[in-house]
Amino acid sequence: MNVRAWLALLGAIAVALAAVGEARRLAARGSRGRRFFRHATASGGLFVLAFFTTVAVAAPLVAPYPPSSMPEIVALRDAPPSLAHPLGTDLYSRDVWSRLVYGARVSLGIGALAMLVALTVGAAAGAVAGYARRWVDPVLMRLVDVGLSIPRIFVLLMAVALWERLPVSALVLVIGLTGWFGTSRLVRAEVLSLREREFVAAARALGARPARIILRHVLPNVAAPLIVSAALGIGSVMLLEASLSFLGIGVPSPVPSWGNMIADGKDQLATAPWTSLFPGLAIAVVVMALTAVGDALRDALDPGRETA
Amino acid sequence: MTEPLLRVRDLKTYFVTERGGGTARAVDGVSFDVHPGETLGIVGESGCGKTVTSLSILRLIPEPPGHILSGSLIEFEGRNLLTLRPPELRAIRGNEVAMIFQEPMTSLNPVFTVGDQIAEAAIVHQRLPRKRARARAIEMLRLVGIPDPEERVDHYPHQLSGGMSQRVMIAMALVCHPKLLIADEPTTALDVTIQAQILELLDRLQAELGMAVLLITHDLGIVAGTSDRVVVMYAGQVVETAATPELFAHPLHPYTEGLMAAVPRIDTRVSQVRGRLHTIPGQVPAASAWPAGCRFHPRCPYAWDRCTVEEPPLLDAGRGEPGSHAVRCWLLTEPRRRTRQA
Repeated sequence: MNVRAWLALLGAIAVALAAVGEARRLAARGSRGRRFFRHATASGGLFVLAFFTTVAVAAPLVAPYPPSSMPEIVALRDAPPSLAHPLGTDLYSRDVWSRLVYGARVSLGIGALAMLVALTVGAAAGAVAGYARRWVDPVLMRLVDVGLSIPRIFVLLMAVALWERLPVSALVLVIGLTGWFGTSRLVRAEVLSLREREFVAAARALGARPARIILRHVLPNVAAPLIVSAALGIGSVMLLEASLSFLGIGVPSPVPSWGNMIADGKDQLATAPWTSLFPGLAIAVVVMALTAVGDALRDALDPGRETA
Repeated sequence: MTEPLLRVRDLKTYFVTERGGGTARAVDGVSFDVHPGETLGIVGESGCGKTVTSLSILRLIPEPPGHILSGSLIEFEGRNLLTLRPPELRAIRGNEVAMIFQEPMTSLNPVFTVGDQIAEAAIVHQRLPRKRARARAIEMLRLVGIPDPEERVDHYPHQLSGGMSQRVMIAMALVCHPKLLIADEPTTALDVTIQAQILELLDRLQAELGMAVLLITHDLGIVAGTSDRVVVMYAGQVVETAATPELFAHPLHPYTEGLMAAVPRIDTRVSQVRGRLHTIPGQVPAASAWPAGCRFHPRCPYAWDRCTVEEPPLLDAGRGEPGSHAVRCWLLTEPRRRTRQA
């Protein structure tokens, strides 16, 4: 590992620390922000997320080697952590740290994008079902019941069978489109109570159209629970992606994702545990960070606790 | 007299209850006029159909379970609001007819600033650009007497007191200068000193903007101070209507009498009322089961057998201009029975 990579790693830590510091400074101004950082784990979670995001964005700078280069397939196979390879190498002599860095792009990216798809579809379906009611609501909700009763892994296996080599974009879509059911229920429940609120009646009395009422008056009031469920949901999507990749039907090798890195190391667990350990740790740490941030957000955004 | 701004004729709004409860006839044949610039008060106890009447005018009744029967007419400036298509109706809501609600705190959207919400009607109806809409919001806040409007415009509803919120609601309703303002119990949720301020404000704005006000309340005191004419509602029907001074001087319907006797008066000595305020016995029956005959007869001190079988029509009291004072009571045909006070 060269000087440039070490400096870049320090740089990433510095950027993450600065981001957390800035967030704390901004948060100290409002009651919501103060409630957010009242959680002991919120700062830590935020730091972890900022760090991995920075690393993912700046992967070519941070990674000391290209993620798929196999310099010495025999001599450097399963080498333990050293100065040159801080997290060791895997069975093809690839640098684990470099793969972890590039894997962050894939794993975090898929997590965030798939969650975005799920959130959009779920919020739209939930809002329409809750606001329109009549026949739309039962039809959509039975669809959701069906969706929730089909094991996701089945749908994903089917998609794999249809595509053979699933492009990453298709993986994101499939994960997203099988993950919106819970969100739509959440949104529908909120909308059902919101639509009876007087400010919605007031908006109708003002002559606002249904679309405007949903977009401006109903959905923003659902934003808080939605953000919280998204923060917690990204974690579960990342876990799903990891298990798919571990099974060999997710992100195809040699593109590194944290899940297929664990799979690559599973046969050497006894002799070279670092090949699976570090990507596993990365997943665990990021999911824990997302949970911590999600919990803190829940407390911070709960409008019921809003006081002047 | 001038053409009425709003004509309501034989309005019937029924609710179909789901589990065999039958049909709730919440509003059952109500007629009244609102003339340009005047204030018409609608009074009655809870459950008499006042709010349903006001919501029906802008067709804000949730359908289903509610529906307005086809014989009804709600005419605003010659247009029947009941046959308008949704876009035409939206062009009237908030623009020509505006409404303020009972609970100011819950009628404001918690996630938008006061300014955004006041500007909303102007943006919807007049397509004002953001900057000008904001300026308009500040102007409206000043009009309704909120101090520091430039600062208040960026506040959120939870930062306002109840009276302040109701002023904001009024500003929201008036931003397009409506010709008719429907105020549904605008002061019920407020404390008495604030009530007076809000009523004064409505009075002043009405004079300044020349709009008509339909004031819905259960408080005769409020009606006495603000309305030109009064409609008394009971059990989904109009039971008495008259000019305010006439109604207070000569209440003819036993229900109106009862309501007036139930108002605490600051000049009555406690000893005179023997420590008790007058109440009307019983309560408003359920809207799905109005009594036969006169709907008030079970609670009426004068009721006799005719009242239990035959429903009285609105009869002209024969005082002042024909039709200016009308009462739905058989006592008008047999005035001597009134003396037998229970």
